Amino acid sequence: MNQDIYVVIEHLRGQVADISYLMLVGARALAQTTGGEVIAVLLGHDAQGLANNMAANKVLYVDHPALAEFTSDAYQKTLAGLIREREPRAVLFASSSIGADVSGVLSARLNLPLISSCQSFSADGRPISQICGGKIMAESDLPDTTTLLTMIPGGYKPEEGQSGKAPEIIKMEAPSLDNLRVTLKQYIEPEAGDVDISKEPIIISVGRGIQNQDNIEIAEELAKALGGVVAASRPVVDQGWMSTSRLVGKSGKKVKPKIYLALGISGAPEHVEGMGESEVIIAINTDTNAPIFNVAKYGTTIDLFDLVPALTEKLREIKKA
Amino acid sequence: MPFRETFWNIPHWAEIGQYVLGLLTILVFAYGVFRRVKRWRMGKPEKRLDRIGERLWSVLVDAFGQVRTAQDAYAGIMHLTIFWGMVALFIGTALATVDWDVTHLFFGFQFLINGAYILYELILDIFGVLLLIGLGMAVYRRYFIRPSRLQSATAWQKALTQNFDRDDAYALVMLTLITLSGYFVEGLRIAVSKPEWAPWSPVGNALASWFIATGDPTNRTLHLTLWTIHILVAFVLIASIPFTKLFHILAAPLNIFFCTIQPAGTLIAARNDDQIGVKEWRDFSWKQLLDFEACVRCGRCQDNCPAFASGASLSPRNLIISLKTHLWDTSSGHKLHGDVISSKELWACTSCRACVQVCPVYVDHLASIIDMRRYLVNEGEVDALLQKTLANLGRYGNSFGQSERMRAKWTQPIQPVIKDARKEAVEYLWFVGDYASYHVMFSDITRKTAQVFQKADLNFGILYDAERNTGNDVRRVGEEGLFESLVEKNTAAMDKCKYNAIITTDPHSYNTLKNEYSANGNHRLVFHYTELLDQLIASGKLQFNRKLDYRVTYHDPCYLGRYNGIYDAPRRVIRALGCDLIEMPRHGDRAFCCGAGGGKIWMEEQPDVKERPAESRVREAAGMSGVSTLVTTCPKDLVMFRDAVKTAGLEEKILVKDLIELVHEAL
Amino acid sequence: MNIVALFKLVPDLVEELEIDQNGTALNTDFLRLIINEFDDHAIEQAILLKERSGARVSVLGPDIEGADDVLYTAASKGADQVIKLTGDFQGKANNHAMARAVASTLKELQADLILTGVQANTDLDGSMGALLAEYLDMPYVGYVSGVNTVDGKVVARKEYPGGLVAEMEIKLPAVLGIQAAEQPPRYVAVSKVRQAMKTATIEERPLAEADLSGGSTIHRMFKPEAGTRAEMIEGSADEVAARLVGIFKEIGVL
Ligand SMILES: Cc1cc2nc3c(=O)[nH]c(=O)nc-3n(C[C@H](O)[C@H](O)[C@H](O)COP(=O)(O)OP(=O)(O)OC[C@H]3O[C@@H](n4cnc5c(N)ncnc54)[C@H](O)[C@@H]3O)c2cc1C
Ligand code: SF4
Ligand code: SF4
Repeated sequence: MNQDIYVVIEHLRGQVADISYLMLVGARALAQTTGGEVIAVLLGHDAQGLANNMAANKVLYVDHPALAEFTSDAYQKTLAGLIREREPRAVLFASSSIGADVSGVLSARLNLPLISSCQSFSADGRPISQICGGKIMAESDLPDTTTLLTMIPGGYKPEEGQSGKAPEIIKMEAPSLDNLRVTLKQYIEPEAGDVDISKEPIIISVGRGIQNQDNIEIAEELAKALGGVVAASRPVVDQGWMSTSRLVGKSGKKVKPKIYLALGISGAPEHVEGMGESEVIIAINTDTNAPIFNVAKYGTTIDLFDLVPALTEKLREIKKA
Repeated sequence: MPFRETFWNIPHWAEIGQYVLGLLTILVFAYGVFRRVKRWRMGKPEKRLDRIGERLWSVLVDAFGQVRTAQDAYAGIMHLTIFWGMVALFIGTALATVDWDVTHLFFGFQFLINGAYILYELILDIFGVLLLIGLGMAVYRRYFIRPSRLQSATAWQKALTQNFDRDDAYALVMLTLITLSGYFVEGLRIAVSKPEWAPWSPVGNALASWFIATGDPTNRTLHLTLWTIHILVAFVLIASIPFTKLFHILAAPLNIFFCTIQPAGTLIAARNDDQIGVKEWRDFSWKQLLDFEACVRCGRCQDNCPAFASGASLSPRNLIISLKTHLWDTSSGHKLHGDVISSKELWACTSCRACVQVCPVYVDHLASIIDMRRYLVNEGEVDALLQKTLANLGRYGNSFGQSERMRAKWTQPIQPVIKDARKEAVEYLWFVGDYASYHVMFSDITRKTAQVFQKADLNFGILYDAERNTGNDVRRVGEEGLFESLVEKNTAAMDKCKYNAIITTDPHSYNTLKNEYSANGNHRLVFHYTELLDQLIASGKLQFNRKLDYRVTYHDPCYLGRYNGIYDAPRRVIRALGCDLIEMPRHGDRAFCCGAGGGKIWMEEQPDVKERPAESRVREAAGMSGVSTLVTTCPKDLVMFRDAVKTAGLEEKILVKDLIELVHEAL
Repeated sequence: MNIVALFKLVPDLVEELEIDQNGTALNTDFLRLIINEFDDHAIEQAILLKERSGARVSVLGPDIEGADDVLYTAASKGADQVIKLTGDFQGKANNHAMARAVASTLKELQADLILTGVQANTDLDGSMGALLAEYLDMPYVGYVSGVNTVDGKVVARKEYPGGLVAEMEIKLPAVLGIQAAEQPPRYVAVSKVRQAMKTATIEERPLAEADLSGGSTIHRMFKPEAGTRAEMIEGSADEVAARLVGIFKEIGVL
């Protein structure tokens, strides 16, 4: 076993997922405690270019037509050989539709330990996992053998996993990928139409504090600047100011975005039912005692009509810069 | 000597023919009734013969006295005149028959002579006029005023073989014919025989004056012709009773006699056989089938239904008509669920009981609606929100899906600490309820309730985390099994406590605890907090330091008012506070439901709703001049109305408060 | 076709979770266990497949408090066989151990298709499905939200972020990690479950000896943060806006 940390790069239809860069940052933190290198592992077909901006010491690139699109069987076979042969200290996978399909199977096939849902590493290199819906953190020992890990976002910043300097890319031989048990038949694109707020990572939600339909404009401006969509509490939808598809709560949609910015929403349980599980809730409400502050992570009692334009302005400046 | 030769101008063959026809009529009538009864008996068994005295009393009051019918002025007068007009004429005919064919024929003795006869003629003539007035009112209403409650048959019903319009018209035409032909027969008889007591038959006498000029042989022929018509119409009418709308003459008193006699708040338990709930028409009990047949399509239920008023697809009238139609259309292959009754209709009902309260023939719409819901629940056909709520109720014992350990969180700041009724004996066991325990809007109000109790030196305690939702609305949703399991859990907790009586915040809990939870067969002693406050004020234990001079109006919660008849206690408390109480047009037993009951508050909103019941209600309250506050005594009302005040944009005009907030303020 | 749906019980997050004295595990005294919601979807998907194209459905889970309820509920939904695995599950059993132990039972059942939830909130060593697949030498596909069977194969809808779906064809026998059934798990009336308690029998099968290798050893467990109330940001509109921009950056949305 060597001391290198491998990161299995996740990409879909020509696009590297953010989590891959985030894992490179995590791998760097771990590598510092083990004294090894950070090595990205990229599987694909004509996909070498994807590796150019990765903040890794090296990239191991396996090219094969059967790896053009993800299928669990092909990935498993390829990675099993590679890990067995190279015996790194640890291999990081994303806790995602791709990483989770591969990591578990490999753990069983190679008889290697697996630690899942790691958000970060402690100073002495112990993986810290988030379990029980984020209510509990578990810090595990890193076993004395090649260890597989799956990672979730939140601990590191993906931007730091990118670098202006292209890493050294080492081409690897693919194993025989015949007789696969799993094959991709086709992709089905998401339906077009009104945005599905339950799938949006950034939601600006407006409540009665917005006062009238014309004022929704300022929320839309903010959403544009931040790259999110506008949703609403029930009174706003009831007034016909926004369509029902944007309603959050008991009688509307349940959303779990990364950021839920509540503008002038009191936080009635019927509303919280729909957004309480958002990752970060930021509440803007002039009433210090509004219950929304009991579920929000950050809050402010500034008048939304003062704050929102100021915030939009700041975001625009950043974009321009 | 004033008397009437009964078969004056009637040849013998006609007299004989009349009796033959009469016999035939009776046979047809009997067959018709038999056919109906046979169909009812295809329903599930149910015992309805207890408390005969009370049942007979109901028949007396509402079948003969028609007290309920009379509660609607126009329709009441209309129906009373037709009903009593027909009854009088029927009795008159019967008396004449007895007089002639029994006492005269066999004993040579007549009683309709002299003064008795004159009185008889006069009374019959007057009732005939009343009957015509009633019929005129009916025609005017049905064909000229055309109130919506008589119109809205659905396309489905219209397409069916039963043509209600023809049925309605038939009854009116036949009754009018029989009355008019009767008068003409009388008039012609008087025109020919010119008795000196003729003025005692004012209508007949007036008609006679038209015919006097016509002369005798013609008049005799005319008389015989009209007599024949009169007799034929009468027999056809009688024979057709079991085949037309007129059947309500029999079905209504029967339905009233067999009505649900237990308290309004005690729902009939789900029938415990293989089929849970009603899947097909034969799963209804015979009494429910009788319900459908007794309906006269008057539409009063529809007029009072909050679901219908909100634009939802439910009309209790249409529901009953559909069921009745289906009852005679069972071979067509129409399915009860889906073709005849939609699940949307069933889920629109708030269980407010307004329909049952006003139905003149005692139809119990709710029993049937809930029986059909029981089937849907058993098939898992509930909307996502309701499903989640039921799962929460099953798992946590509350509709909020919160831990039972959070149930008494609201008590934290209260000093002295509220007693744990599981640990020490108390006089009153306070059943707080889900909304009052968990809803953030309510926790402050619940604390105020506790403070008021403490101020009145009440010895009370709560069940803390052992309390569960009482299941009142779970049961009305149709989830009988879950209701039973909630009852078991609450009963187990309560049985471990020592207390004299239960007090509740929530009228829904109040209803089921009082009427559906029984301790060893005995009903528990349960008070709603308004009843208790009323007692405390009366006995001087609760005194106010401040006089509130607000002008308020009061909303009667369905489960306090219509279900349990508590109308006065909260009003006395309001007045004791010094408030000026103004009644809304819809108050007391006609109070308009807030739309939350029967589990509606746990369901997704139906898209066809135009004006939510709660909005209609707060608009009504805000429209009362000078009224600043809408007072309620039900946590669900408070949540619904405060929401509605916002959505209706009435925040400037009206405040919604629980009575306890005012009481607390006045202390 | 034999379909087996596997479930496990996980802590109910509605309750306040406590960590035990050693600081390395959850305090089980106050734990309320409920079915892992994704496993519930797996059971539903199995029943849907049975209703659509006929199959024999077995539902299988560990014998812990709450398991009977899950099994009777499954029986009233239409499961043909309900089994609980008896043995010692005290604390330590990780997914590796469970998967190894369950594998032999699944071989006995001659499962063609094994459905299990894509993950559970207590997973610390990967998900059951993936491990199990490998121990049984079957293919695995997770994040599945719909399954169809076509002669000897299944076609599964695999979900990617942003609503993209891949149709994967998988040879049987196979294991699928279900994220969502084609329709949410149906409601089962309490009376139906009670009925099932009278008519269905829960089979008991002993679980093989637990081999814990492959899992993690917890060094310490802790709660992320204490405060429940929002951190209040004070200052002028501009200052607050600047702070919010900082927060957006921390979260990584800028
Ligand atoms: C059965 C039922 C189902 C329901 N379902 C839903 C649902 O699905 N979704 C939903 O949202 N609601 C639902 N509700 C309604 C819910 O109870 C609340 O009424 C609603 O969420 C309140 O919306 P709000 O917070 O926008 O309005 P409010 O409660 O009126 O809150 C407005 C807030 O804005 C603040 N504010 C005012 N002006 C400003 C300003 N200038 N700057 C900053 N803050 C300001 C105020 O302090 C206040 O806290 C339901 C209710 C019922 C009874
Ligand atoms: S109970 Fe109320 S809502 Fe239901 S049908 Fe009757 S009147 Fe309508
Ligand atoms: S059910 Fe009763 S109130 Fe309703 S239409 Fe029929 S008779 Fe009238």
